[in-house]
Amino acid sequence: METILQQLLIGLTNGMVFALIALGYTMVYGILELINFAHGDLFMLASFLALTLVGLLGLQSAGPATLVPALLLIVVVCAVFAAALNWTVDRLVYKPLRNAPKLAPLVSAIGVSFIFQNLGLFWGAIPLDVFGGGGAAAAPKAFPNLISNANLLGEESTLRITPKDIVVIASSLVVMAALYVFVRHSRLGKAMRATAQNPTAARLMGIDVDRVIGATFVIGGALAGFAAVIYGLYINTVNYQIGYQNGLFAFTAAVLGGIGNIPGAVLGGLVIGLVRAFSDQFIGAQWQPAVLFGMLILILVFRPSGLLGAHSREKV
Amino acid sequence: MTSRTLFLAACLFALGGCGGGSGGGGGASGGNAKPVKIVSSLPRTGSANAQTTTMVNGIRMAIDEAGGKVGELTIVYEDWDDASAKKGDWDPEVEAANADRAVKDANIMAYIGTYNSGAAKISMPVLNRAGLVMISPANTYMGLTKPGLGEPNEPDVYRPSGKINYFRVVPADDIQGRVAAEWIHSMGGKSAYVLDDRGLYGKGIADVFAATCEELGIGVLGREGIDPKAQEYRSLMTKVKQLDPDWVYFGGTTQSNAGQIAKDLIAVGLRSKFMVPDGCFEQAFIQAAGAENLNERAHVTFGGVPPEQLTGKGAEFVQRYREKYGKDPEAYAVYGYVAGQVALDAIARVGKKDREAIRAAVAQTHQADGALGTWQFDENGDTTMKIMSGNIVRDGEFKFVTILGQAAVGS
Repeated sequence: METILQQLLIGLTNGMVFALIALGYTMVYGILELINFAHGDLFMLASFLALTLVGLLGLQSAGPATLVPALLLIVVVCAVFAAALNWTVDRLVYKPLRNAPKLAPLVSAIGVSFIFQNLGLFWGAIPLDVFGGGGAAAAPKAFPNLISNANLLGEESTLRITPKDIVVIASSLVVMAALYVFVRHSRLGKAMRATAQNPTAARLMGIDVDRVIGATFVIGGALAGFAAVIYGLYINTVNYQIGYQNGLFAFTAAVLGGIGNIPGAVLGGLVIGLVRAFSDQFIGAQWQPAVLFGMLILILVFRPSGLLGAHSREKV
Repeated sequence: MTSRTLFLAACLFALGGCGGGSGGGGGASGGNAKPVKIVSSLPRTGSANAQTTTMVNGIRMAIDEAGGKVGELTIVYEDWDDASAKKGDWDPEVEAANADRAVKDANIMAYIGTYNSGAAKISMPVLNRAGLVMISPANTYMGLTKPGLGEPNEPDVYRPSGKINYFRVVPADDIQGRVAAEWIHSMGGKSAYVLDDRGLYGKGIADVFAATCEELGIGVLGREGIDPKAQEYRSLMTKVKQLDPDWVYFGGTTQSNAGQIAKDLIAVGLRSKFMVPDGCFEQAFIQAAGAENLNERAHVTFGGVPPEQLTGKGAEFVQRYREKYGKDPEAYAVYGYVAGQVALDAIARVGKKDREAIRAAVAQTHQADGALGTWQFDENGDTTMKIMSGNIVRDGEFKFVTILGQAAVGS
């Protein structure tokens, strides 16, 4: 029983991170029908920024009094950085292709993804202590253990709940709830939903579609920036390839939940986190990708539009 | 934008600083003939770079100490990369291209490499057909040389010409996997959970380890292959925790995520100790895992003796290395050095550009009282040296604990 609970907790916590990244994929897809392949690598760059800041602020040995405000600062800086970068990429790369065939921005997104990965390689070579002196740019880099990993139920308990788990789950829930309220009730959020439904009609109603698209990239980027800090704190490793791996899972989560659907992306992320955990426990680690993607195929066979996807999103 | 530009400039500068020039070796040639070339093919892009840099330094030292020439022949050394940025690790395509290039250049008389056993599988048959001698300073997968210990068609599949052109100066994994289990046994360990990265090297060594455990009465509680590209292994470690083994053994390298396994072992509250083979015997492993996660817990076997434990000629090598490069050598530097010496020595004995004669001369190598002691190559091309060492991570550094493997010598 404890095992099940433990794996449930691990699955949910990992799933939260996938969900945060998946939101960026799904929001952009909902509005532009563009799969932004660079999104995972944007997340990776933000995680490098987070680690750089941790090093520059000397947080490895800081007490809680400095740690809490410093982490909040890092979250804000990383979110702003990723949001600004995402917005810039949209303006420079995707916007000129707005009226081009769908494949053109898609291929450009793959190009941006490669550019980001190589930027990550350069970044990893900066001679900082947290990067191991920068000698090996591609090597995995340890993200210091800033949040306690002690068991809140006592070290003797077989079930293990740590402050780290709580920080990840609680902060992610807050951010997702805020996003939901924003999209549901704010003016801009309503404009986003309207644009997603029908861009032409939205424009006719006086919605500035261009601004809505920009806002979508900003919000998606900010979520990736936030996810990057959470990932660093929880997983404790960053390297220039984490964008690809996490992006793959997050994209899968978005498809699983029904791409374009915001609650669907969160649900998809959690499902993937849980499937990974339980397949490691009961089937074996080497089968994890097979189980995960096998399940994805099954679900898409029976529900082609994903778990929460609308049945008819055909646009004529 | 300006700060990003600055930032990029800083990165480029940093990369330039550590990349080093590859054109250090060849001086002006004295004779009329073209110089003899020695090349190495090692992963110079990615996290193995710190290790391979010191290996290349070792090879350079061997050539410099010979004065850049043997007899009348001038020696030129070229440092080739078999990794790609795309993989961040060795790349089969690049290694294949390197082997081709070496075969086609008639001045190349020795090919030093590879670092990864998987890469050796690709270049071995190509070089074998051309009769070009290959000396590895780091491959430890058994099947490359030893009949009966790898796949059924190994090692003959690497020797299409029927002759042995591949030699290695490090002891292979059958010995390393064995001494790892013996070490755990001698420390009183009763049970182990065995993981591997499903790679040639990692799985091979873990198989030997698990088999030896059973022989010695250490319970193998589980045996699993991991996905080396996964983000984290907490679920797997939670499963391991329920069995509460004394030891977790991972057959793999820093590049196949040993650091993350060490971290997640702590994160789920496992009390087991952790043992890894020499693929993790590099600073990059400590950097990836975080020193505090390994302290007094991570044990590393190494197919040789760490630099600071070398005696005699080996200690002199370490001393000269420090003077020359201003840094401590990593574990494999001395093997690079010895591989360089083996090539030079064979070329000296032959005295002309003749691949077949040089290949035969390498097979006859007998180093007495060299940097690695006294040894020669056996009939498979393996070194007869079988001494290994056990190391532990303490305060962010590898600390030598014990010499291992004397017991294995007879077997």
